[in-house]
Amino acid sequence: MPTQRQHHWVALSTLLTREIRRFIRIWPQTLLPPAITMTLYFVIFGNLIGQRIGEMSGFAYIEYIAPGIIMMAVINNAYANVASSFFSAKFQNHIEELLIAPIPNHLILAGYVMGGVARGLLVGIIVTIVALFFTKLHVQHLFITLSMVILSAVLFSLGGFINAIYGKSFDQIAIIPTFILTPLTYLGGIFYSIDLLPEFWQQASLFNPILYMVNAFRYGILGVSDIPVGLAFGVIMLFIVGLASFALYLLNRGTGLRH
Amino acid sequence: MFCRLKPDSVITTHQLNEEATFYAHKTTVTYQSPSKHDTLTTSALPTITNILKALSIQQLSKVYDNGIKALDGIDLDVEQGDFFALLGPNGAGKSTTIGVITSLITKNSGQVTVFGHDLDTETELAKSHLGLVPQEFNFNGFEQVKAILITQAGYYGMPAHEGEPRADKLLHQLGLWEKRDTPSRALSGGMKRRLMIARALIHNPKLLILDEPTAGVDIELRRSMWGFLQDINDQGTTIILTTHYLEEAENLCRNIAIIDQGNIVENTDMKSLLNRLDKEVFILDLAEPLTTELKLDNMHIAKIGSSTLEVEIKKEQALNDLFTNLSEQGITVTSMKNKANRLEALFLSLVEKTVDK
Repeated sequence: MPTQRQHHWVALSTLLTREIRRFIRIWPQTLLPPAITMTLYFVIFGNLIGQRIGEMSGFAYIEYIAPGIIMMAVINNAYANVASSFFSAKFQNHIEELLIAPIPNHLILAGYVMGGVARGLLVGIIVTIVALFFTKLHVQHLFITLSMVILSAVLFSLGGFINAIYGKSFDQIAIIPTFILTPLTYLGGIFYSIDLLPEFWQQASLFNPILYMVNAFRYGILGVSDIPVGLAFGVIMLFIVGLASFALYLLNRGTGLRH
Repeated sequence: MFCRLKPDSVITTHQLNEEATFYAHKTTVTYQSPSKHDTLTTSALPTITNILKALSIQQLSKVYDNGIKALDGIDLDVEQGDFFALLGPNGAGKSTTIGVITSLITKNSGQVTVFGHDLDTETELAKSHLGLVPQEFNFNGFEQVKAILITQAGYYGMPAHEGEPRADKLLHQLGLWEKRDTPSRALSGGMKRRLMIARALIHNPKLLILDEPTAGVDIELRRSMWGFLQDINDQGTTIILTTHYLEEAENLCRNIAIIDQGNIVENTDMKSLLNRLDKEVFILDLAEPLTTELKLDNMHIAKIGSSTLEVEIKKEQALNDLFTNLSEQGITVTSMKNKANRLEALFLSLVEKTVDK
């Protein structure tokens, strides 16, 4: 006799399977572009410009930026997956399939977030393989590297979910990544150490959550970071708890979903 | 196009009665419904009064953000095994009622119980008994037909190894087997309707709600859908139907509620409602054009064409009298039909009354 827990497990795994099937089915839109874009980053910033920059924090420039580029691909794809999938479900009204089913809201949220994490990690693996054509990556702290990449994907999946809940058009889904996510990413220490910045901008950078993710991830791979790793984990966990609570509140309230 | 459902595919009325008996004697906290896939654990047991009802709505109100009052404290009960029609003009509150029952619309106040389970406090149990065929197509156009069904089964806790045979069976029954690997957007309108029915039935719901299922469907498909729905109702599934085709409601449904301007203006059984009709208007086609003036005792008659008559007959009058009269005057009738569907006439009079108020 199946229990409620077993029902929930089946429902969650069904939702996750559907999410994974979706981004694999449309791989030319989801998996191929990051591979091409990140190859260009490595060729232009790493090889061509990087050779003139020399070393940063004791590492060849291409080696220094590789973790940040991988992390950028992970968070962009985790965000985009949940935002586009959940918004499409709203747009085509097939979100109703989930809303009428006996699935608690926290499982709906978990299913979409896990889908975003799955795409983020898969893209992360693809970009890591691309990076290995250009530089060497010797992982210094495996646990920190893996936990940071997963937590970052979770955080940005939650962000994508909230964006999709509020989104009323595809334009609104594109606004946040274009005007908020991309600037934060580029200013998040992917291409430079914040030690290079004037004091004011160093302090201002500390308000950018992506800085913590990139540095903690870089610490996992290279063993160097501008930010204490413990602080980075704390900040990211705080963001995850805050965004997850807010997303769940919106789901329970039916914002953007129920009239 | 539709095959007959086999008796094992749905819950029987006998099983439903067993459930009522179960609740009457059990005080434990484990709930085991007769359906294979709706076993959940709860600490709240439904009352015996409510368990006898497939659906019970009490004082349900809904005011939308734009200030429109869609439901004004309606009460509605649907018995187990019923085939129930919910009728009303556009904007009357039908879809809002269904939206609230299926958790797609939030209510302002009131209570909804499904097979005795309160939608607010026993949400998962209440939802597990419901199947919805919505008015608008609402599946992922890029997903394949069979995948849609198996995914929906999974949402109701049916693992793929159980959902797949159930999906195969429904695809055969609803004439969609050949299209099982087709993306849903490539289906015809009629096939999309059938897919929505298959999806709503994938978890063996005890209460199936259809919101205008035959809108835009050709006559042949509509008739076969009627047969299909009658079959699953005969096998124990309670059905609530909203429709604009009043003939559909008259043919299929045993009980009826008419909703207008957010209020239930009529809630009775179909037979009693139709009995209230005190007159009917018939159109008669004659073999030859009328040349002389026609007179019929106590019957209102109007000539609407050279060889077509419109006759109003009161409830107490016999059609035999009409034909005797016509025969005596040498008039031959070649065909006869109701001017309007009987339910349509009543529906209009009831809705007009609320407008007058």
